[in-house]
Amino acid sequence: MRTLKFLLKKEFSQILRNKTIRVAIFVMPIVQLIVIPFTADYEVKNINLAVADHDHSVYSRQLISKITASGYFRLTDYTNSFKSALKSIESDKADLILEIPSGFEKGLIKENEQKLFVAVNAINGVKAGLGGAYLGEIIKNYNNDIRLKWVTPESFSPFPVIDIRSSNWFNPEMNYYFFMVPGILAILVTMVGGFMSSLNIVKEKEVGTIEQINVTPIKKHYFIIGKLIPFWILGNIIFSIGLIVAWVVFGIVPVGSLWVLYASISMYLFAILGFGLLISTYCDTQQQAMLIMFFFMMIFILMGGLYTPTESMPGWAKIISQLNPATYLIEMMRMIILKGSGFSDITPSLIKLGIFAILFNSWAVFNYKKTS
Amino acid sequence: MAEYVIKAEKLTKKFGDFTATNAISFEVGKGEIFGFLGANGAGKTTAMRMLCGLSKPTSGKATIAGFDIYKQTEQIKKNIGYMSQKFSLYEDLTILENIHFFGGIYGLNNQQLKSKSKQLLHDLDLEKEAKKLVSGIPLGWKQKLAFSVAVLHNPAVVFLDEPTGGVDPVTRRQFWDMIYEVAHHGMTVFVTTHYMDEAEYCNRISIMVDGKIEALNTPSNLKHQFNVPSMDQVFYQLARGAKRIE
Amino acid sequence: MKQFLAFVRKEFYHVFRDRRTLFILFGMPVAQILMFGFALTNEVKDSKIVIMDQSQDRATQQIISKIEASHYFKIQQNIVSPKQIEEEFKKGKIKMALIFPSNFYNDLMHLHTAEVQVIADASDPNVATTVTNYISAIILEYQHNLNLNLNLPYRISTEIRMLYNPQQKSVHSMVPGVMALVLMLVCVMMTAISIVKEKETGTMEVLLVSPLRPMLIILAKAIPYLLLSFINILTILVLSVALLGLPINGSILLLIAVSTLYIIACLSLGILISIKTSTQQDAMTISLMGMLLPTVMLSGFMFPIENMPVVLQVISNIVPAKWFNIIIKAVMIKGLGFGAIWKEVLILTGMTIFFLVVSLKSFKIRLA
Repeated sequence: MRTLKFLLKKEFSQILRNKTIRVAIFVMPIVQLIVIPFTADYEVKNINLAVADHDHSVYSRQLISKITASGYFRLTDYTNSFKSALKSIESDKADLILEIPSGFEKGLIKENEQKLFVAVNAINGVKAGLGGAYLGEIIKNYNNDIRLKWVTPESFSPFPVIDIRSSNWFNPEMNYYFFMVPGILAILVTMVGGFMSSLNIVKEKEVGTIEQINVTPIKKHYFIIGKLIPFWILGNIIFSIGLIVAWVVFGIVPVGSLWVLYASISMYLFAILGFGLLISTYCDTQQQAMLIMFFFMMIFILMGGLYTPTESMPGWAKIISQLNPATYLIEMMRMIILKGSGFSDITPSLIKLGIFAILFNSWAVFNYKKTS
Repeated sequence: MAEYVIKAEKLTKKFGDFTATNAISFEVGKGEIFGFLGANGAGKTTAMRMLCGLSKPTSGKATIAGFDIYKQTEQIKKNIGYMSQKFSLYEDLTILENIHFFGGIYGLNNQQLKSKSKQLLHDLDLEKEAKKLVSGIPLGWKQKLAFSVAVLHNPAVVFLDEPTGGVDPVTRRQFWDMIYEVAHHGMTVFVTTHYMDEAEYCNRISIMVDGKIEALNTPSNLKHQFNVPSMDQVFYQLARGAKRIE
Repeated sequence: MKQFLAFVRKEFYHVFRDRRTLFILFGMPVAQILMFGFALTNEVKDSKIVIMDQSQDRATQQIISKIEASHYFKIQQNIVSPKQIEEEFKKGKIKMALIFPSNFYNDLMHLHTAEVQVIADASDPNVATTVTNYISAIILEYQHNLNLNLNLPYRISTEIRMLYNPQQKSVHSMVPGVMALVLMLVCVMMTAISIVKEKETGTMEVLLVSPLRPMLIILAKAIPYLLLSFINILTILVLSVALLGLPINGSILLLIAVSTLYIIACLSLGILISIKTSTQQDAMTISLMGMLLPTVMLSGFMFPIENMPVVLQVISNIVPAKWFNIIIKAVMIKGLGFGAIWKEVLILTGMTIFFLVVSLKSFKIRLA
């Protein structure tokens, strides 16, 4: 135990003296939390619309003004040929084309039916899907408006209508930042913890001080624990700073209890730091450690359900996401911060993280060899 | 010398087909300064790393302070000090922090730590620099400090791997005074070196060629045996026959 | 020239001996293609929902069986109390709850209206919107079937065509991003670190006193990474075509030419970083924070630039990957020719020249 005290003292002095780490502690949470939610905004708005209007009628103009008034669309091109509208798509000036056929107004009144063409640049799948859906919705509403104008209510025979009342819980204003910020907090802890710990042991190898440690009677698990605890404390501090930034900038205050929040972060830190130290024991140079950690970081972040739902993944990918500690943290962060989930709700995830923590750390102890 | 602190018997280390050290045998007594010489790549460092418990031997036997190098590496580590050619203190810790850290992990209590570090700083005349980072002090001081730290817990043996590389002659002289001092108090010193004048300071020396010990005796006996006036020539005669040259 | 080749050979040994690094460098694009191609979709399916059916009549049962039949939803369990709904949400198990009041079918038939309540977990707003839309569509379809004999007047129908990417796969927007990212990693980070490493270990001085011109030494270090980048690009292209069925609609020659331009831009950036820094950790931090993060965040391949605040939109203009992204999408997916991308090509060329000139200038100062 006394050995541990000296190890901890040493690690703390080294970490606190490291300029890069000192900067990272304060700059990372602020930069990540401010920049990422603003950039990673999947909320679809400002969809650029090109209209190829062959009709030039009152109806076509009404429809267009209804679309632009919705707030989702911006009219960037208004022409009378589909070809020139397509040019706008090719030069990325427009995302959607609405083509209104000639004789739209007349035909609608005479033939009772008309067809509109919508062409969507589907390279960005989300935007295409939602943009097309929004446009369809607006056209449907417009259709109803016209009907109300031409058809007297009495001529409608009463038919059964199902009234769908939808409500959105936990984020009633559908604020996209509310979704992103808890996830970013998870990524913040993952990145800082993962990179710091993975570079640590390998640096002692590169500098040569590990030799000196290896000839001392230090027990292997003390050495690993001595590395683990300072980063664990640091991770908690960084998370707290992130939480404050989330509150100041986005007004996000956890609905759930802070105890539960910190319990999940603490457990997760043991797992991810263990993983970093494990990588560190396998590498010979910092460049290697950095690259390998980058590789796993990428998988952790992408497969953790930060941007895309894990439920939609195919079977093999679901297994990977279940073997990914970040998946559980991202999920827990959203549950606790947005929904106010309690201990009993997150216990299964906590247990899994605990298993990861034990596995990674004992593996790191096992793989750190004092004797070659 | 009845009491042997280091005993090696046919100690061998192979890396694949390459035999780095080939069945070396020797004994070193208490308080002896034992020089370990050889050309680059002759197998000195490998042999030393095995004795320190950093590297597992392929075959052969050895004990350090009575402990077996296969089974009791952790007990051995409590009884040895080590200082390598690669400078081995933490550059981003202060002098005092380094002393406390290494003293602490060797199990010195607070009382001992306090008095020993005070004594050490006084002996090295570093009292004013105690709170300076190691990265900021000259190489000669670093080496002397590293040695003092390596013997802080009063080990039975101290292993020095080319401790004076790149150090000026005056500091080297002071360094050897420190070695004599600890040997005088009964500590065994196991030192590798390339400097033949340093070889002369040793009680006994061994010279390794191609993984084998080709000569082992006191410096004066060796000169007599090879019938040459200086250690330089003894070494040259032996090393000339080496096949492994970098 | 002969000396130069000798240097290049030495650099190849360095790079190709480190098996672990090589494995990651080649594994990275493969893993990314697999993930983006198959695992990461914005499409919503298999969403878990609970249903609280207080009516249990023909109508609710028919709607429920329609929901069961769709691949969008997985019905977890039927529950009885509203309190349970909140518990299920808090456990994170479900995305939506559907509540039928009692007498649903009766009301529908006799009062001509009945109410159904849909509660979505809006912590992910896009998923919430999507699942609400899906469930509404299913319910409306049921309603429509009830009213089959009724014909609505003045019907406007909409035909939607998806251009370039009919299945709305996310790979189409991701592949250029994967290329930009991997090249950034190999060319900028690895090149910068490997040059700085020679500075750190002092071997750079040995090289600098050799008769070879200093800039050639740097160039020799960049060549293995140039080759690695080519292999990476080819891997990505072959995988995207063979595995993901992504078409290359434009000219392959043009595609390779613009990729080469981007590689050279990245390499010159890597060289610039290596000249300006002196430790590996600095080089890493700058490449990671200054280059990789903007490449992921601001190049427009993952996140739409037009949604960002104006400041970030302006900043995005100095990110080389943004221009590369536009070029690749134009050439590869839209099948456009050089005429459509000359502006972006010019910008990238300008950036490359800028990096090289600044590197050359700073390098001379260091030697003096």
